[in-house]
Amino acid sequence: MLQKVVRSTIIDAPIERVWEVIRDFNSHDQWHDVVDVSRIEGGERSDQVGCVRSFSLKDGNRIREQLLTLSDTEHVSTYCIVEATVPLQRYVATVTLKPVTDGNRTFWHWESTFATPPGMERELRDMVAQGVYEAGFENLRRHLRGGGTASARASAAAAPPGVPIARREVRVHRYGGPEQLEPSSGEARPPGPGEVRIAQRAIGINFIDVYLRRGWIPGMLPLANGAGVPGMEAAGSVIDVGEGVGGLLPGDRVAYLWHEPGAYTTVRTVPADQVVRLPAAIEDTTAAALLLKGLTADYLLRDLGRIRRGTRLLVHAAAGGVGLLLCAWARKLGATVMGTVSSEEKARVAREHGCEHVIVTRDYRFADAVQRLAGGADVIVDGLGDAARDENLAALALRGHWISLGQASGPLAPIDPDALLAKSASFSRPVVFHYIAEPRERAERAQRLWDALADGTLKAPTIERFTLDAAAQAHARLESRMSIGPLVLLA
Amino acid sequence: MVRVYTSTVIDASPDTVWARIRDFNGLPTWHPGIADSRIENSEPSDKVGCIRHFHTRDGGTIREKLLALSDYEYSCTYSILESPMGVDNYIATLKLTPVTDGMRTFAEWTAEFDCDEGREAALTQSIGQGVFQGGFDALKRHFGRR
Repeated sequence: MLQKVVRSTIIDAPIERVWEVIRDFNSHDQWHDVVDVSRIEGGERSDQVGCVRSFSLKDGNRIREQLLTLSDTEHVSTYCIVEATVPLQRYVATVTLKPVTDGNRTFWHWESTFATPPGMERELRDMVAQGVYEAGFENLRRHLRGGGTASARASAAAAPPGVPIARREVRVHRYGGPEQLEPSSGEARPPGPGEVRIAQRAIGINFIDVYLRRGWIPGMLPLANGAGVPGMEAAGSVIDVGEGVGGLLPGDRVAYLWHEPGAYTTVRTVPADQVVRLPAAIEDTTAAALLLKGLTADYLLRDLGRIRRGTRLLVHAAAGGVGLLLCAWARKLGATVMGTVSSEEKARVAREHGCEHVIVTRDYRFADAVQRLAGGADVIVDGLGDAARDENLAALALRGHWISLGQASGPLAPIDPDALLAKSASFSRPVVFHYIAEPRERAERAQRLWDALADGTLKAPTIERFTLDAAAQAHARLESRMSIGPLVLLA
Repeated sequence: MVRVYTSTVIDASPDTVWARIRDFNGLPTWHPGIADSRIENSEPSDKVGCIRHFHTRDGGTIREKLLALSDYEYSCTYSILESPMGVDNYIATLKLTPVTDGMRTFAEWTAEFDCDEGREAALTQSIGQGVFQGGFDALKRHFGRR
C-alpha cells in the first residue's frame, strides 16, 4: 500500500526569502542537517527541470533525486527518488509554499507518497516525516536566522551577533545653524528584545530635523547628555534582530520612520515595529526620501483633509518634498490643486507634478489669487508658519480647514478662536507619528505609497544626495529655499 | 481578470474552524460584515447549487451560489449572482489546510472576477482587506479567546 506523509509549518519570513532557498535543488547541504554533500549530476543547472541531484547523507546513505516540477509562480517543487540506499520506493514529494498575507509569513507544505518493503511502513514514514521534513523546517528556520541567503551573508559575516558595531554619526552639540551638525564616530548597540539593527544606506532629511537642530523642539532632541543625533527616517538592510522579532531577517531591505530622532548615522538599532519592508522596485534613496513625506501626504489627503473630487486644495511649498506628493496624489483623487512656490523654476516642477494653479510668491501673499482662482480653499496644507498666517485665514473658503504642518518662517503665534469663527473654519496641528502608531496602519500607508510610486500616480522626484559627513551642507541647502524635491544623506 | 488572495493562520484545528464556517447560510454567525442570510427555495445549505441571499451591514444585497463544497478538502467555492459591487464572473474559494506543526489552520480566501478598468485596486482592497481579512480577523478573535 502506498504510504503518504504530510507535514506543514509556518515560517516567519516572507515567501520570497524561503523560496529563494527551496527553489535551489542543490541547496540542501547548506541548510538541512541530514545532508552532507549535494551536487547536480552532469553539470546541469539546479533549476533545470529534469536535473538529478546526488546526496550523500551524514548517516552514510546515498540518494539520487530528479526534479520533476519547478514553478516560480506557484512556488512548487516536485521531485522523485531515482535511486537510493534507503528502501523508499516510488517516492514522489512535493514542496509547496504559500504566502500568509496577514503577517507576511510563509506556509510550507511538504508531502510525499511512497512504497516500502513489508513491515517497514511505520519506520520509514517516521523517518521521512520527522527526520527529513520536520527537521528540515527547523533547519531552514535556523538557516534564515543566520542570514542564509546570498544578500544577507555579507552583512551577517561582518556583524557577529550581540556586540556593538562601530558607526559614523552626525551630532548636534549645541542648538543653532547648520554648522552645529558635526560628523563623529559612535557605536550601534546590539538589538534587544523586539529590536532590529539596520545597516543604513540612505537617510531622509526633513524640516523637522532643522527644527530639532535649531532647538525649537528641545523635548525631542535634548542635549543634556552632551549631544543628540537628529534624523527620523532611513532605509537599508537588516543586520541582526533581537528576541521576539517576527517577520524580519538579516538581509531584508527595510525602511523606518520613528518618532525618536537618531537616523543621521550608518548603523542604527530601532524597534522592529517601526520598520516597513521595501519592495524590490523601491530604491533605498527613494524610500529614505519619501517615507515620512509620503505617509504624511497619505494621512493628510485621506484622513485629515478628506480630499475628494472637487475639493479645493492649497499646498504651500508645492515644489517641496511633501508638496510634490500632495499635488500629484490630490490631482489623482480629483481635487482642484493650487500651490505656492518661491520661484519660476519651482513653479515648473510643481506643474509637472499635477499642481494646476501655481502662485509664485516670495512675500507670502497668495490669498487674493486663491480667492480669484477658486473662491477660496477648502483645505490648506501649510508649512510656511507665522509669516503667512493672515493670508491663510484670508485664503480659506467657508468651512475651510487650515492644516499647519510646519513653520518654516517661524513658530505660529497663538490663534484667536474668533479668527476661525468668521468662516466656520477649523485649524489642525497634526503630527505624522499619531497617524502611523498602529503597525498595521503604518504598513497600509506605506503600501499605498509604494503602489502609487509603482503605478505612476506619484513620480519619484529628483533627489538631491549628500554624504552623511556633509549633513551641514544639506541642511543649509534645505533652508536656502533653493532646493527642489527631497534631500537624502548617503551612509 | 483580477485575482485577490488573502491568507492567515488561525490558532485552532481545521476541524474546529471548518465547523464554524462550513454552513453556507452561516455568514452572519461569524462574519462581522454580514447582517442576515437565508437560502433561497428552502434548500439545505450544503446542497451544491443552493443560493444564499444575504445583506451586508451597510445594506447591500448579495446573492451567491454554492459551486463546490468539500468536507475532505475543507473548501467552499461560490459565485456571485447579484451584488452592488460591480463585479462580473466572480468566483471565490475559501479553503482551510492543517498546519501539522501545532494545532493550527492555514486559511486562504481567493477570488477571481472582472470589473471596469480603473476599479481593480479599489475592489482588491475592499474584497481582500474588507471582506476576506475582516472575516479572518473575526475568526482569529473568536479562536484566540479560547
